[in-house]
Amino acid sequence: MIYQGKQKIWADYQKEIPDDHWFYVRSCIRQNFFPGAEHMFLEICRNVLGKDFFETEYHTTCGGIAYHCDTIPQETVMTIVARQFALMTEAGYENYVASCITSFGNYAEIMETWREFPEVETKIRELLWKACRREFKVPKYLAHASDLIYKYRNEIAAKARFRLVNRHTGEPLRVVEHIGCHYSKMFPSKGVGGAEYPYVLCGMIESWGGNVIDYPERRHCCGYGFRQYHVKANRGYSVSNTYKKFESMEPYHPDFIITNCPGCPYFMDRWQYVIAETQGKTYGENGYGIPVLTYEEVAALVLGYDPWDIGLQLHQVAVEPLLDKLGVEYDPDAKYKGLDRKDIMRPELPGVLKCC
Amino acid sequence: MKENIVIIGGGIAGLEAAGQLAALGYKPIIIEKSDHLGGHVAEWHRLFPDMTPARDVVGGLISRASGSNIFLNTEISFVNKLKDSYNIMLSNGISIITRIILVTTGFSVFEAARKEEYGYGVYDQVMTNRDLEHWFNTGKDKRVDNCAMNAVGFVHCVGSRDEKAKNPQCSKVCCITAIKQAIEIKQRFPEAMVYCFYMDLRMFGKKYEDFYINAQRDYGIRFIRGRVSEVSENIDGRVIVKAEDTLSGKPVKVTLDLLVLMAGMVCSQESTKVANMANLPVDSDGFLKSRDNVTAIIESPKEGVFYAGACTGPKTVPETLAEARAAALEVHLYIKSLE
Amino acid sequence: MDFGFKISPSSAINLDKVDLGKFEELHKAEPDVYKCMACGSCSSTCPASRFSGMSVRKVILDLQRGREKEAVALMRNCMLCGKCTMVCPRGINTRHLILSICRIYMEDGK
Repeated sequence: MIYQGKQKIWADYQKEIPDDHWFYVRSCIRQNFFPGAEHMFLEICRNVLGKDFFETEYHTTCGGIAYHCDTIPQETVMTIVARQFALMTEAGYENYVASCITSFGNYAEIMETWREFPEVETKIRELLWKACRREFKVPKYLAHASDLIYKYRNEIAAKARFRLVNRHTGEPLRVVEHIGCHYSKMFPSKGVGGAEYPYVLCGMIESWGGNVIDYPERRHCCGYGFRQYHVKANRGYSVSNTYKKFESMEPYHPDFIITNCPGCPYFMDRWQYVIAETQGKTYGENGYGIPVLTYEEVAALVLGYDPWDIGLQLHQVAVEPLLDKLGVEYDPDAKYKGLDRKDIMRPELPGVLKCC
Repeated sequence: MKENIVIIGGGIAGLEAAGQLAALGYKPIIIEKSDHLGGHVAEWHRLFPDMTPARDVVGGLISRASGSNIFLNTEISFVNKLKDSYNIMLSNGISIITRIILVTTGFSVFEAARKEEYGYGVYDQVMTNRDLEHWFNTGKDKRVDNCAMNAVGFVHCVGSRDEKAKNPQCSKVCCITAIKQAIEIKQRFPEAMVYCFYMDLRMFGKKYEDFYINAQRDYGIRFIRGRVSEVSENIDGRVIVKAEDTLSGKPVKVTLDLLVLMAGMVCSQESTKVANMANLPVDSDGFLKSRDNVTAIIESPKEGVFYAGACTGPKTVPETLAEARAAALEVHLYIKSLE
Repeated sequence: MDFGFKISPSSAINLDKVDLGKFEELHKAEPDVYKCMACGSCSSTCPASRFSGMSVRKVILDLQRGREKEAVALMRNCMLCGKCTMVCPRGINTRHLILSICRIYMEDGK
């Protein structure tokens, strides 16, 4: 692998990301999958870095999930998105940041469509006005939340309590980065580093002291793909893709996986249990799995937040081996205690995949 | 005969035209931006279909053109249109008044790194057709030295027939070059499995089909009909290639020690530069536009400006030489018509 | 555990794992087998093709992709009429080739 060759490509795909004043929209599913992630994003941006991130309870889904499941037409998605933009305009913002990768792709696709076909935008403006008497400006800048953490990566590194280094060996941790398909596969120029060698997560890992692994199936989709998972008969297809990725990364012995998509971390995490049950195979050390984290969780970990406050107990694959490598202190007894310190009950332990 | 004839480009087209014009009694001026004559062919090792050494071809052309005024390391600074002639200012400070310009600026090899998915410049074991010729010539390339050469792949149409790469045209020579290079690899490494990934095999030229049958029957080169979609590197540094075997209708995957990208031909920056300076039109394929693509490929729409070779589109060596000869004759007839 | 779904086998052909031992043997006996350019003349003219899917083109391809069972199954439909030999533009003696394939690939030699 020629690192300079990648740097050349990265230099071609740098996008302008304003430093401050963002209108933040959440993901439909991330709040259920790994609820600590979005919370930590706002916590870090606002309280650690002192940035202005506005959020409103009036925003809805972007419609992307229904659009990709083929249950609503594009005009409907566009009108939903137009309403989100109206909320941003009303709040006095012009930089729009989405937590969800598919939302980000959805916004990028719609903004490109309007740029190319202004008559469609005019029609959507009419529809929005008829539906709820709102008007909007198209965002000046569109970013995915990982673009922001990428932008702030060095500031975070400067404030970090931990580095992505194995404290037992002193070696950098080996990190697999996995990018959501809708981040840059549709519009390579809209993603930091492009689509073939995206840099957005690599940049964080490098800045925080880890080593990035480039394995043969790196670009492969996690397999979630909405319809593939949502229809039970198709789940075999979904898990097969994840399986393919794990088989490909196995020889590199990754310490953890970092992701920037709602579906990818969830399925790469949960499918390890299914693969263990059906194939009898696990990919971490000593029967454990490979922890799969969101970039917000990783940022929070290096900044020294309590792993249970960032929701790491909601992962299927045990994160304790990773915490031990990082030197993060944690209270095993507090893992299944809620914010009110009451017991939230323990999950049943799986048969094959080792969990704590 | 005192008529100034300016030939822009000292590749094989420029040399052949100069040689012919010299034989007709003229003393043309060749302007070459690099430090050597012969262009791309001078960097090649052997030429299809008879494995002719490129050095011999270029050497012959240079000796026949040796009576010309040759400026190496020289570029055109600007071209001014005068009433019935052109004033050409060179980067060495010399200015030439001429009624005749022969554009032989040729092509550029497609920049293979632009096909990011193939990983040229990123993966250790990926090279181009040009790199391989360089290795044939010098024997020096760590990509070849470093590997076991059990399996080698050739990817056709890299930057050709590719709208995304803004080159919808076929580069014409890559299919036959891949076959030539595949045979040469097989001659040097008889135990190696050699694969060619192609979309169509365009074996249009003299003896090309024979060469192809030769590659199949005598060298056992495996032809897989399908465009390579993605290349990656595995843990031991070899490359993994993904394509569809479109004849079986199934995805195919293979691990290779070396992958050779058949980078195509694109219009050279020099051609575009000269076109801008002399106000010459560019065709929809990005190459220079001829007065007529059937009957007058070597004529520009401008009085006194002629073309030869790959500046008007991808061409083989014999096609380029034939055009250069035709252009020399055309120039001669044009001069006669001026008298 | 039964989840009601499972990991699907990959349909991809992995050329790293294809054993071409028998094909090499075939190639020694029939050097022309490599000359096939997949034009499909043999299949389009084959009397067994439309009823059974028999195709010399497919057989040659399958053998090179490690799909020997599928190739042999196709072969069993051949009536050895020899029409494919007549139409092959590459002059492959397909009739002789078919007999060699039977000899090398069919365990019972039939």
